Amino acid sequence: MSLAQYFSMGGYAAFIWPSYALAVVLLIGTFVLASRRLAAAERALEGSEAGDEADPAS
Amino acid sequence: MPGPAFHRFANPRRFLRLADVLMPWLGGLTVLGFAAGLYLALWDSPADYQQGETVRIMYVHVPAAWIAMFAYCWVGGASAAALIWRHPLADVAAEAASPIGAAFTLLALVSGSLWGRPMWGAYWVWDARLTSFLLLFFLYLGHWALLNAFDDPQRGRRAAALLAVVGLINVPIIKFSVDWWNTLHQPASVMKMGGPSIDPSMLRPLIVMALTAQVYFLLVTFMRMKAMLLEARRQTQLYRQPRAATSAPRGAASANSQGGRA
Repeated sequence: MSLAQYFSMGGYAAFIWPSYALAVVLLIGTFVLASRRLAAAERALEGSEAGDEADPAS
Repeated sequence: MPGPAFHRFANPRRFLRLADVLMPWLGGLTVLGFAAGLYLALWDSPADYQQGETVRIMYVHVPAAWIAMFAYCWVGGASAAALIWRHPLADVAAEAASPIGAAFTLLALVSGSLWGRPMWGAYWVWDARLTSFLLLFFLYLGHWALLNAFDDPQRGRRAAALLAVVGLINVPIIKFSVDWWNTLHQPASVMKMGGPSIDPSMLRPLIVMALTAQVYFLLVTFMRMKAMLLEARRQTQLYRQPRAATSAPRGAASANSQGGRA
C-alpha cells in the first residue's frame, strides 16, 4: 500500500483524519493548559514560601 | 469556620502526596497507551466489511463518549459529596474534572458527526442517544457557567454542584436511550449482557484507547486539582500575612511576587 493510498483511507480521509486531529488538539491543549496552570501555581508559592517558614495550616 | 472559604482547601496533604506519587506514572502510561492505541487504531486493525475505514473513527468516538460519561459521574458524585458532607476536596474535584469532561463530550459529538455523514448520510439526527448526549454537553457548559457566575465563588460552587447532581439523571438516560427508544444510533456492542459482540481485532484498539483516555483523565484532573489547591494555599498566605508579599527583606521572596495584589 502506498502512502497516498493509506492516507486516503478508502476515500474517507475527510472524515477520519479530522476526527483524530481534533482528538490530538483537544487532548494536548487540555494537558498544556493544566500544566501551565500548575506551574504558575507552584511558582507563586515558591516565591513566598522561602520567606514563610512555618506552614500556616499545619 | 473562621476566615474565607479557601482555608478549607489550603492544606490537603494526603491528596497532594498521593497525586505527586501517581502523576508521573499516569503520565507515562498515557504516553505509552496512546502510542499503542494509535498504532492499533490507525495501522494494525482491519477495515470493517460494512463501515470500511470509517470504523477507525470509532476508536476516537467511543472512548471519548465513555470518558465523557465517566467524567460527568465524577463531577456529579463529587458535587453530591460537596453538598452532603461539605468535604473540602469534593468541590475541587468537581471543578477540576468538569472542563476535561466537556472536552471529551465535544470530541465524541464531533467525531460522531464525522462518522454519521458518510455512514448515515447525516451529520446530525435528533434521536434519543445524540440528543441526550448533546444535553450532557450543555450540562457541562452550565456547570462551568455557574461556577463563574457569582462574585462569591462558594455560591458558584454550590449552584454548580446542584446542577451537576440534578443532571446525573441524564447518564442512565444516555446509556439506555438506545434500548428505550427507536434510535438511529446503534445499540450497545460492548457493555451489554452476554459480553462484547465486536471482533477482537477491533475490540483491542477500542479498549486500549478507552483505558488510556481514562488514565489521561485522571492525570489532568489531578494536575488541575493540585493547581487549584496550591492557588488556595497561596490565597491563604496572602490573606494571613499580606505584609510578607509586599516587604522586600524576606529571604528569597522575590520582587515580582503577587505583592501588588495583596
